Amino acid sequence: MPVAVEIPKEKWTGSIRKVTLGATAAEGGTRTKTVTVGGETTLPFLHFEGEIPHAPVIAFEVQDIHPADWSPVLLKAWGEVTKDPAAWAKKAEELGADVILLRLRGVDGNGNPTSAKQSAATVKAVLGATGLPLVVRGPGQAERDNELLVAAAEAAPGERLALGLCEDKNYRTIVAGALAHGHLVVASSPIDVNLAKQLNILISDMRLPLDRVLMDPTTGALGYGLEYTYSVMERLRLAALTGDGMTQQPMICFVGEESWRQKESRAAEGVPVQWGDIEKRAVTWEAVTATALLESGADIIVLRHPNNIGIIRDTINKLMAH
Amino acid sequence: MALSGLEIYKLLPKTNCKECGFPTCLAFAMKLAQKQVELDACPYVSQEAKEALSAASAPPIRLIKLGSGAREVQVGNETVMFRHEKTFFNKPALALRIKDTEAADAIAAKAAVVNAYSVERVGMNMTFGAFAIENASGDATSFANAVAAVRSKSDLPFVLMSDNADALKAALAKEGGHKPLLCAATAGNWEAMAAVAKAGGVSLVVRSSDGLDELADLTTKLGNAGVTDLVLDPGSRDLGTSLAQVTQLRRLALKKNFRPLGYPIITFPGEVAESEEGEIVAAAQYIAKYAGIVVVDHFDPAVAYPLLTLRLNIYTDPQKPISVDPGIYEFNHPTTNSPLLTTTNFSLTYFSVAGELDSSGLPAWLMVCDAEGMSVLTSWAAGKFDAETIAKSVKSTGIADKLSHKKITIPGLVAVLSGELEEELPGWEIQVGPREAVDIPAYLKVWK
Repeated sequence: MPVAVEIPKEKWTGSIRKVTLGATAAEGGTRTKTVTVGGETTLPFLHFEGEIPHAPVIAFEVQDIHPADWSPVLLKAWGEVTKDPAAWAKKAEELGADVILLRLRGVDGNGNPTSAKQSAATVKAVLGATGLPLVVRGPGQAERDNELLVAAAEAAPGERLALGLCEDKNYRTIVAGALAHGHLVVASSPIDVNLAKQLNILISDMRLPLDRVLMDPTTGALGYGLEYTYSVMERLRLAALTGDGMTQQPMICFVGEESWRQKESRAAEGVPVQWGDIEKRAVTWEAVTATALLESGADIIVLRHPNNIGIIRDTINKLMAH
Repeated sequence: MALSGLEIYKLLPKTNCKECGFPTCLAFAMKLAQKQVELDACPYVSQEAKEALSAASAPPIRLIKLGSGAREVQVGNETVMFRHEKTFFNKPALALRIKDTEAADAIAAKAAVVNAYSVERVGMNMTFGAFAIENASGDATSFANAVAAVRSKSDLPFVLMSDNADALKAALAKEGGHKPLLCAATAGNWEAMAAVAKAGGVSLVVRSSDGLDELADLTTKLGNAGVTDLVLDPGSRDLGTSLAQVTQLRRLALKKNFRPLGYPIITFPGEVAESEEGEIVAAAQYIAKYAGIVVVDHFDPAVAYPLLTLRLNIYTDPQKPISVDPGIYEFNHPTTNSPLLTTTNFSLTYFSVAGELDSSGLPAWLMVCDAEGMSVLTSWAAGKFDAETIAKSVKSTGIADKLSHKKITIPGLVAVLSGELEEELPGWEIQVGPREAVDIPAYLKVWK
């Protein structure tokens, strides 16, 4: 007697909000394409029980000032282009990125603070060089973020930039900037379901529609807290699918930044021989971090190494085919 | 319906004989309720109790053991879909595939390298778990020779891969009695495979070419033939479909208690990929999602290390903060003139800092504060790593008696604590160290 196996399917009641980055000329911006993420009604890539209308997308990180502190492996791979953010963004688009993450470092190559005016000019230059939507991040100190991100918001009205990081310390200023100039925010909380939820509530209370909010659960790199991020993302996604409206934002993961900060991606000498070749190890470190977070619900993966877009795109395509 | 620990306890002998390995019958009952042990471990359980318990007590995903001695590998016995629900228990074994068509000296060399590979992380040694030796030649003698060649270099368990039952029988004779896994029984050959597995007392992979119905049909037939130590290969060689299949298998076992598919899973990342990069990504997916054995076709330390690290991360028990003992740690024979650094007792933080201090070759003292097992920034944000905590540690450890100076270096990430710490530790000079552990050696070189 052949056995008939009944495939167990979960009946999810909630879904992820759709969020569109970028605006075309018709929509009040200047982008040649927009990117929509979200809309899932099931866990990552489980097509047999729900809809996944939008594939996860890939962003490349571009910085306003040449990142001399980056791993030599990265600097070698990008070459001269890192000295000009507009040329860098153009190159990232040519390599197939869906979105550009522009990071405003806050200090120039000599360690002097950059001005809001400079930041605004960089945002305009990058917008001029690429037709892709932008996520714009500040240096990561709340006060400087406020100064530079508000300048970025003003410089590009109606472009639907995603401004970040928007944290509990500074969300008022960033959300106000997004409201005033037609942008999105990246709501960032430190690896905690309740804090993520609370921040979404605060942002929503300021009347920014939730279809203009991306969620950054805080990325831990492979070997450096990945398991915490992985589980918080799974918990957020499960909460969203079971109907918790304040956890239903698409998630963005700063994979490149975290992965390339670690010793495994930087140190060629003075490490155990069991670590193997620096270049292959470092590139793999980023690819494995990205894969694990795609499996746990990432909608936007931000990478740093140009070669990893090929394999991560291929993986997403394979997981989306059904 | 699963029974509770107390319900199970009522059916046990209640003699607390300890022969099951647990101190009391109640403790054993609790483990049974959590499906972490088998009822067979109790030698005195009555027949009625056995029948009453058998349905409820067997782990929903059978525990399969490969190999022997220190290199035994256990897979299966998982109890949750998501690691945050409890934890994942038995780390998947990484197995390197070796084909019997490769040159004999190349086989031996590869086997020796992988056998010896061990990489340390947070105090744990991570290694490959097995070799998968494939009868790619189709020739039984070549297969047996390859098996003998690998065995001469390694005592790791083997997955013996052939669709020829006689070739597997011959290979078993050369394998050395380390409980290999035979691979694979299919709809076409399961009877012959069952006979070899049964005669050898070894476990067997069941492979479906037509989805889960066929798989369940095969495991049922094999069970009726007396072969119950099984590992599943649901068959798909497509990344997306196989993710769906392994998820369905796990759900069927855990949520439906569906016995015919309650076994660990073997995966072949190289067979779903067109490139080595593709294999790496597929292996990462299978480590995160439900594999018991992951057979890879390439070995490179630069890839093995990240994959083994992912396995460590995913299988870390989320219920326990991983911490080290607070106190004073010495590096490179410090003297009274050596610098004193401080950090928290989160194990990852400790091992990052300790690794750098150690490899710098420079003497130093490290004071590890009790920050409830949290990292520097997390514990600072939670108020568990502040000036008061650091000052308290300085006093309780008596570190001042070991130093001729009164200088303490705090992590750069908490530079903001300097002022308060000066007040808490009068007479001490508070120094601010680097933000990242990787910059510690450079800091020590210029430390005054």
